[in-house]
Amino acid sequence: MTTEVGSETEVKEKAEESAAQPDQSEKAAEENAEVANAEGEEKDKEKEKDGKEGKGIARYLPTWLKKQKSQSQTSPTKEVPPTEEAVNKVTQEEEGPAPEVNGHAEEVDEKEAVKSEQVKEKEAESHSNASADTEPAKEEKVEESAEKSTEEAKVTTEGEGEEEQKEQRGKEEEEEGVGGGGEGQTSIFQSPLRLVRKTKMKLVVCHVNLLDGTDFTCEVEKRAKGQYLFFKVCEHLNLLEKDYFGLTYTDTHEQKCWLDPTKEIKRQIRSNNWQFAFNVKFYPPDPSLLTEDITRYLLCLQLREDVASGRLPCSFVTHALLGSYTLQAEFGDYEPDQPRPLDYISQRTFAPNQNKEMEEKILELHKSHRGMTPAQADAQFLENAKKLSMYGVDLHHAKDSEGVDIMLGVCANGLLVYKDRLRINRFAWPKILKISYKRNNFYIKIRPGETEQFESTVGFKLQNHRSAKRLWKVCVENHSFFRLNAPEPPTKARFLTLGSKFRYSGRTQAQTRVASSLIDRPAPNFERTSSKRISRSLDGAPVISITEAGTAENGREFHSDSKKVKEVDLSPGDAEATPTQSLGASEPAPAQDHDKTQEEVLKHQASISQLKRSFMEAPPPSPPQPNQWEKRLTSSPATTIRVQQHQVSLEEEIASVLFSRHSGTGFSLAAASACSIPKPTLDDVITTCSSTSTAVCGPATLSAEVSEPQTEAAADDNTISDTKEPTKPPVVKTEMVTISDTFAAQKTEIATKEVPIVHTETKTITYEAAQLDGNGDGEPGVLMTAQTITSESLCTTTTTHITKTLKGGLSETRIEKRIVITGDCDIDHDEALAQAIKEAKEQHPDMSVTRVVVHKETELEEED
Amino acid sequence: MAGLMAGFGHYTHAVVRGIPASLAKEALRSNPVEVDLAAAHREHESYVEVLKTKLGLEVVELPADESLPDCVFVEDAAVVCGDTALITRPGAESRRREAEVMKGALKDLNLNIVEMTDENATLDGGDVLFTGREFFVGLSKRTNQRGAEILADAFKDYAVSTVPVLEGLHLKSFCSMGGPGLIVIGSSEPAQKALKIMQQMSDHRYDKLTVPDDLAANCIYMNLPNKGHVLLHCTVEEYPESAKVFEKLKDHMLIPVSNMEKVKVDGALTCCSVLINKKANI
Repeated sequence: MTTEVGSETEVKEKAEESAAQPDQSEKAAEENAEVANAEGEEKDKEKEKDGKEGKGIARYLPTWLKKQKSQSQTSPTKEVPPTEEAVNKVTQEEEGPAPEVNGHAEEVDEKEAVKSEQVKEKEAESHSNASADTEPAKEEKVEESAEKSTEEAKVTTEGEGEEEQKEQRGKEEEEEGVGGGGEGQTSIFQSPLRLVRKTKMKLVVCHVNLLDGTDFTCEVEKRAKGQYLFFKVCEHLNLLEKDYFGLTYTDTHEQKCWLDPTKEIKRQIRSNNWQFAFNVKFYPPDPSLLTEDITRYLLCLQLREDVASGRLPCSFVTHALLGSYTLQAEFGDYEPDQPRPLDYISQRTFAPNQNKEMEEKILELHKSHRGMTPAQADAQFLENAKKLSMYGVDLHHAKDSEGVDIMLGVCANGLLVYKDRLRINRFAWPKILKISYKRNNFYIKIRPGETEQFESTVGFKLQNHRSAKRLWKVCVENHSFFRLNAPEPPTKARFLTLGSKFRYSGRTQAQTRVASSLIDRPAPNFERTSSKRISRSLDGAPVISITEAGTAENGREFHSDSKKVKEVDLSPGDAEATPTQSLGASEPAPAQDHDKTQEEVLKHQASISQLKRSFMEAPPPSPPQPNQWEKRLTSSPATTIRVQQHQVSLEEEIASVLFSRHSGTGFSLAAASACSIPKPTLDDVITTCSSTSTAVCGPATLSAEVSEPQTEAAADDNTISDTKEPTKPPVVKTEMVTISDTFAAQKTEIATKEVPIVHTETKTITYEAAQLDGNGDGEPGVLMTAQTITSESLCTTTTTHITKTLKGGLSETRIEKRIVITGDCDIDHDEALAQAIKEAKEQHPDMSVTRVVVHKETELEEED
Repeated sequence: MAGLMAGFGHYTHAVVRGIPASLAKEALRSNPVEVDLAAAHREHESYVEVLKTKLGLEVVELPADESLPDCVFVEDAAVVCGDTALITRPGAESRRREAEVMKGALKDLNLNIVEMTDENATLDGGDVLFTGREFFVGLSKRTNQRGAEILADAFKDYAVSTVPVLEGLHLKSFCSMGGPGLIVIGSSEPAQKALKIMQQMSDHRYDKLTVPDDLAANCIYMNLPNKGHVLLHCTVEEYPESAKVFEKLKDHMLIPVSNMEKVKVDGALTCCSVLINKKANI
């Protein structure tokens, strides 16, 4: 989705995000649904994590919730992906020993799939009364999966459906105990049914087209993440310096996309076509710095194809020279005795416009390479190839502000602008303060020059939203890889933050070089098999699209120099000349990273650092036109440095504050105090909660929220979902963190890093007062009044639901305020939320805050 | 070892052309100035002598053509890089035929000839700055975008960036290469602006040598066997201040070459020769 300017109305934003959501109410409905999903996810996660402990959130849930869970047979499988440690931690605290949770399947790869299932459950749980709630969620899922093959269809269907499908597949495919490097998947199921289903993990056969033209086939679990397959391939290739490479697939729009290692494969490919290609993702500017010949060889293979296809243009002479090195590497010294040497040359493709003259030149040059070893020939090949002006440049079609066709080239040094074959502009990474995209526009904010006072923003038009997003992601990844010391860590937990979580998740070049230097193995033998090379389709310019890169491997926060900026700074170091990323991060963290990576490398561990991302993401990029938020931000020194690597196509932040007043009871919820904290960071909130919890008489005194408001929302959701679905991307992920006061003590232990972060478009954080099972019991109150007040200012919409319920002899008035903040501008979400809470409290001094739900929604998919 | 972008400044051959008598009256010039034809001849002879005798290049001397008053400025008619020669389509209509003889000469040197046949394209070699790693093409009165595109197509290995030339005749009217990675630049505002643009557009870093006079920034750099860095630059008589700056280049073999007459018709040092490296051909 494109990010919208904050100044725009909510409606617009929503429209962009979801297909078309006319009303705020609809929005609210969405929110609810999302929240539900998020909750479900969180619960799942918790369950997963806690599974070992045997405690689940369910414990704390009202009985009715539990009942629903049991009813909904789709019990969330508790799979703990090893990679997502953060999630695990979070879950621990919240874990309730839910019976459901008993079995934990530790499936790294399958997390997301699980999520979907769980989401359903969660929905059911959260909205106990409304079965309708679950439906909307399902619908959304269905939409998403609709495009996908039948496999995904199961996702849309309830967990049962999935199981069935899995079983079918299991029959079709042999079951494998998949144990990838650290990605082994084991699933434990609580219920026998589940056990049966899960044990029959569906396996899918993946075909990977390797650089030498051969196919590599392997089976992976259907829910495997990209990196599982990638590591399989690297293992097959005996490749250690793998960070320069990646897997591509062709999406439904015939675009080549990078497989996100951190996401489930099947959620990315959206089809039953498990066809991939192994390619160079980051072209090392100096291949001679690579440690192993095998890495250089693979790079050569890629470049040969690039050259032969015309993607990497070069002159006649260069074609001939590169071709001659190829011959030397593949065939050794020129054999004068060879009969008709031109024959075997003409069988291979060296250039798009290969002719006899070129072949003769190649042969002539080949003769001059006598005595050169294959490795030397490869090295010479690379020494020449790397000097080509288009080496490592990833081109994207675009138009400039005047509608003129141009090409944008992303490379190690920055962003290049071409008109036809001419370079008409160049933006080095240090010159770029921020990159963002909105709809089909791509923006870069330029650091002011010496003589300039103001930063400027340059905009380009891409073909569509998808293209803009793809370009943005490529920029994020290239910048991270080539310019940073370490992948930028998530910003410190902020209470509310919007923004794409997309970050480059792999090692940076700096890291991989360190890692490579530690490689200690005899040079592996490998066969140069150009002969087995199959003619590959030589299609035009490479289109690299990255679907989603979710997690930053390292959870460290990247500070640019001395400036305390939470946002990602694209220009860590001012010196353009210095290629090394050391400039940027002066923190001690990088060093640690290197250590880590070293160890990992030594261990040959598949996965690097785990996801330690706080769900608090960096703020969304600000649109070119400053809105009020941005203006405010720009006034602070920090903003000038701020770069937004994360762009959220659609960012929506929803905070709902729930107040409840129990006429019958005089208890006030302590949670309110926590909520009133001006700028709550997650940590702050947590600690506060703990203190309050002690102060409060006990969880029992707290009243559980009434589910009714949610129910309404759920109902809305149904209608909303319909409208949404057409445009909504198939993949909607929800993340939810629930923190209850009761266990504040445990919560305090939660480090920001540990907050589970899932690559999801939607995040929901719920802070709620502890609920007793008894409180929430299945007797829904009576809805006395429902009032919706909508005020719109800036990008904030507030919706208030007032619900009065009679429970037993007690009348309870619940006010639910929904504050929707939309836009891609730089919003200080923490402050926004704090303000909202404060206002709400002021308006209802006699009530207490029982629950705060922060819901963040980002739309992954582009309209199309 | 032959290789891509090897040996910047290595030259073996030079193509020059005689001065027609028509130069005095008919050659294009931005300022109406009287040219001393005899002095111009002497000047050019010494120029060729430096290339031939002092530097030992194989000099191909093309005969002057009276119908082409500007024909001595051969640089504008062809751009040679490696073994490829792009025969240009000069921006001034009166100079278009200069390319014909040049084409024949370069063909005789076994260069791969690329011709600029597009009638919408114009390009003067004086607008083409080759740094050893990339091209900068000045978009001037004489050179347009299309011409630059064709150049980019002719030299695919290299990045070709365009630089607006707002003042002066050519891009190289205020700059040139003074060595590998060293750009000699005039100190005028347009010159400095152009340098900034070039620096911004490039992935490579260039040092700069700023000289007080824009025209003095046009010099000829070569890297020759047994001679090392060679720089043909302005004389003290013409540009005393700028000449002093060149004298700071201790590693260079400095050869002041007078250009007092030809400059009157906007001719600079680089304009009078096309340098070729035959050994660079792979």
